[in-house]
Amino acid sequence: MEHVNSGRHISSQFDEELKEVRNAVLSMGGVVEKQLTDAIQAIKASDHELADRVLSNDTRVNALEMDIDNACTQLIAKRQPTARDLRQIIATFKTIADLERIGDEVKRIAAVAKESFSSEQQHLLAALENLGQLVLNMLRTVLNAFARMDAEEALEVHRTDQGIDRQYEGMLRQLMTYMMEDPRSIPKIMDVVFSARSLERIGDRCQNIAEYVIYNVHGKDVRHTSDEDMEQTVRKTR
Amino acid sequence: MQNSQSAPDIASQQTAIRARNVEVFYGDTQAIKGIDLDVRNNEVLSFIGPSGCGKSTFLRCLNRMNDTIDSCRVTGSIELDGQDIYHSSVDEVLLRAKVGMVFQKPNPFPKSIYDNIAYGPKLHGLVERKPELDEIVESSLRRAGLWEEVKDRLTEPGTGLSGGQQQRLCIARTIAVSPEVILMDEPCSALDPIATGIIEELIHDLKEKFTIVIVTHNMQQAARVSDRTAFFHLGEVVEVSETDDLFTNPKHKRTEDYITGRYG
Repeated sequence: MEHVNSGRHISSQFDEELKEVRNAVLSMGGVVEKQLTDAIQAIKASDHELADRVLSNDTRVNALEMDIDNACTQLIAKRQPTARDLRQIIATFKTIADLERIGDEVKRIAAVAKESFSSEQQHLLAALENLGQLVLNMLRTVLNAFARMDAEEALEVHRTDQGIDRQYEGMLRQLMTYMMEDPRSIPKIMDVVFSARSLERIGDRCQNIAEYVIYNVHGKDVRHTSDEDMEQTVRKTR
Repeated sequence: MQNSQSAPDIASQQTAIRARNVEVFYGDTQAIKGIDLDVRNNEVLSFIGPSGCGKSTFLRCLNRMNDTIDSCRVTGSIELDGQDIYHSSVDEVLLRAKVGMVFQKPNPFPKSIYDNIAYGPKLHGLVERKPELDEIVESSLRRAGLWEEVKDRLTEPGTGLSGGQQQRLCIARTIAVSPEVILMDEPCSALDPIATGIIEELIHDLKEKFTIVIVTHNMQQAARVSDRTAFFHLGEVVEVSETDDLFTNPKHKRTEDYITGRYG
């Protein structure tokens, strides 16, 4: 991609520092992605041990966020970055904040994986796993877009959130029907509702990250703009 | 040139200086290549760019300081309020009162603080009586933020002040003759960060009454003090943009490479 590593700084140390920050975001993304994968697997297999590991691993995500925050602060203080260097750092600050929150949502999902579900309730978990796979895919793609600073891919990810929202709404309608049919199942179903909600929120956060990628590449803040405006920003040639 | 500004008619009354197709040669060497640029009234416009890019040369065209260099030849047109400043009828001395200049190194006259300021108004016959002159000296020093520091020693030599104070004295001397435009050629490069901060604050205040064009090597300074920034490279203006845009999202790769500190 033309926007990554085109032209080195006169200060090679500055290049190194920016690269380190970028790599740190990618590895934080990798940890969060693994966490989500494990949480979904824990739900699917009712694997309580795996769910416990997910819960305890969240501290790694938090620590990475703080490390990267600090590295970015140092970069601003020492280098006074401008233009795309500045945008990379701003996009990084925001991206890692969203990644950290995704980590928190994953924890909620893992907590549900530790609940026991009867055999009649297994189909609830299957629906949850389905939604989980969609969201996991979205997270992977947006992390790829970030790694490559690919605004086109970010735009694609941004659009897939609509599909996730539709699936989530469909799932809620279905779960409400179950609750009306069998009020005794409400507590368990509520757990599933909360997990589905967490997955849907992760989708929203992936959308945010996609917006930061577009900002980083094109220098335009596309949050709260129409799909057409966003597309125009991405398609324009610099 | 890729990004010369088109000057819409509506903006013409807001334009203090209008430069078109300006070229400068030192002997056979071309230092400036066809620059079009407008300086708007009451703005701070900064010129940035690597050494030798022509930014100081262009600045010096704006009050004909280059006339003092024999081998230097300027072509194209530069208008101040619609008047060609290179026209044969223009008195350079009067022009330089209208378009004042502050240099890199503070250069007070070897005279008292008072006389440093009073010299210009007396020369240009702006005052007839001593009380009027006193008033100009005080108001100029106040406007330059120096009055409180020097009011009790106006008879002492200007050269006895600190570097930052001397530079403010030079600014006071420039504004004493009521210029329209003040040109500043790296006015802070010989000053420490505190004195620099004071000058930057001053530039912000002066904008209300004057139009300011400043050449600076310090990009953060350009980002802090100016409304618009022009990036010079190899004798051309590559880009003129609102300062807020230029430092976050420059239009041209050459600008981006320069301000981010990359190899051009």
